Amino acid sequence: MLPTPSTSHVCFDRVYEPAEDSFLLLDTLSSSSEVAFLQERFSKAQSTPPLILEVGVGSGVVLAFAAVNGNRIFGRQDVLTIGTDINSFACKAAAQTIRTAIVEHGHGASISLDVINGDLASCLRPHSVDVFIFNPPYVPAELPDFARHESYNSLPEGQKKTTFEQDSYLLELSYAGGEDGMVVTDRMLEQIPEILSDDRGVAYVLLCAQNKPEQVKERIRQWYPGWMAEAVGSSGKQAGWEKLQIIRIWKEQA
Amino acid sequence: MKLLTLNFLTCAIKTCKTSPSSFPLHPRDAELEILETDINLPFLKNILPRLMWDELRTITSELGLPELPPAAPTREDLVEPGAQAAEGEEVEEQPSQTAKDLHRVLLETTVKEGKLACGNCGHEYKVMEGVPNFLLPGHLV
Ligand SMILES: C[S@@+](CC[C@H](N)C(=O)[O-])C[C@H]1O[C@@H](n2cnc3c(N)ncnc32)[C@H](O)[C@@H]1O
Ligand SMILES: [Zn+2]
Repeated sequence: MLPTPSTSHVCFDRVYEPAEDSFLLLDTLSSSSEVAFLQERFSKAQSTPPLILEVGVGSGVVLAFAAVNGNRIFGRQDVLTIGTDINSFACKAAAQTIRTAIVEHGHGASISLDVINGDLASCLRPHSVDVFIFNPPYVPAELPDFARHESYNSLPEGQKKTTFEQDSYLLELSYAGGEDGMVVTDRMLEQIPEILSDDRGVAYVLLCAQNKPEQVKERIRQWYPGWMAEAVGSSGKQAGWEKLQIIRIWKEQA
Repeated sequence: MKLLTLNFLTCAIKTCKTSPSSFPLHPRDAELEILETDINLPFLKNILPRLMWDELRTITSELGLPELPPAAPTREDLVEPGAQAAEGEEVEEQPSQTAKDLHRVLLETTVKEGKLACGNCGHEYKVMEGVPNFLLPGHLV
């Protein structure tokens, strides 16, 4: 077991607390089969450092894990990490989590860029991302009212504390996924072919049973010849409604 | 926000992405801060092919930083010459001054406050407490 980054400084009233889904991502990325796949793709000597993007970093636990275990997972000492979140409080929390993890476990090995307050991957240069990670808001529940986003995304004017309504809104952003829990994920999937690097890009996206994962994978395989989607990790073995899986999305080389 | 981050960012407005002038984003009214980190020589050597050197030069000159050379350094330029290994001996490579300067620009020079402007649509994204904000009102409907 690789160490889980500490998130004890994070206030979980307004930032998603690491849960079963987060840990499934950590376990999947460090599983022997994914490590073999990733090292084959990324550990070639003198190849350029892979850029790892996590969208929706929340507490930062997943991206920090990838950053400090660059050597174990990717077989190299120079992976680059970058994150985004729509919630500005999450951005600050995650930046702190990553900094602390690198000091405690990273031995100065990986390079962490910034955590950007933004929508999905909309600010990334096309075809620049080598490894993409997303644990989306996947619960079938009505999306929050984004009209309030700007006022709720920072501390109320002249105040030092968030309001209760603000915290509820920010937490809704972390789990509510609209119809089938797929509204945000579908928007993200659409961007994936544009942001992944052509030669070695790979994406990991978490889905729950209500997201209709079989249909999602089938749709991805129809994107364009060569696109692949497979489940590479799962939890909640019974056919319960919270069953989670991680799908890997990549393009077969011609 | 580190300057190397700008190597990977562009305007968040969809129609700007196809326009060459949406990259790089131009720092405006930037308050810079130096945050020291350990130098990682293998990283610097390997990142060279990914650096958009001309654009990086544009950014540093817009920020009023010392001018970068017209051409990107080579891997060899980043290693301090001299420390010759004796027969069969492994000597750890040391970063040259060029490597140290590059490390300073890419990873230690950060934008604490300011704006990032798109050269295509003119939109300005704010950087506050080191966190760039790329949210657009249009995203959130
Ligand atoms: C289920 S949480 C996952 C958090 C963290 N990655 C983890 O695994 O513990 C989903 C995260 O996505 C963020 N999010 C929701 N919509 C987003 C969007 N449109 N763009 C970027 N981030 C978003 C939320 O703020 C939240 O932090
Ligand atoms: Zn623009």
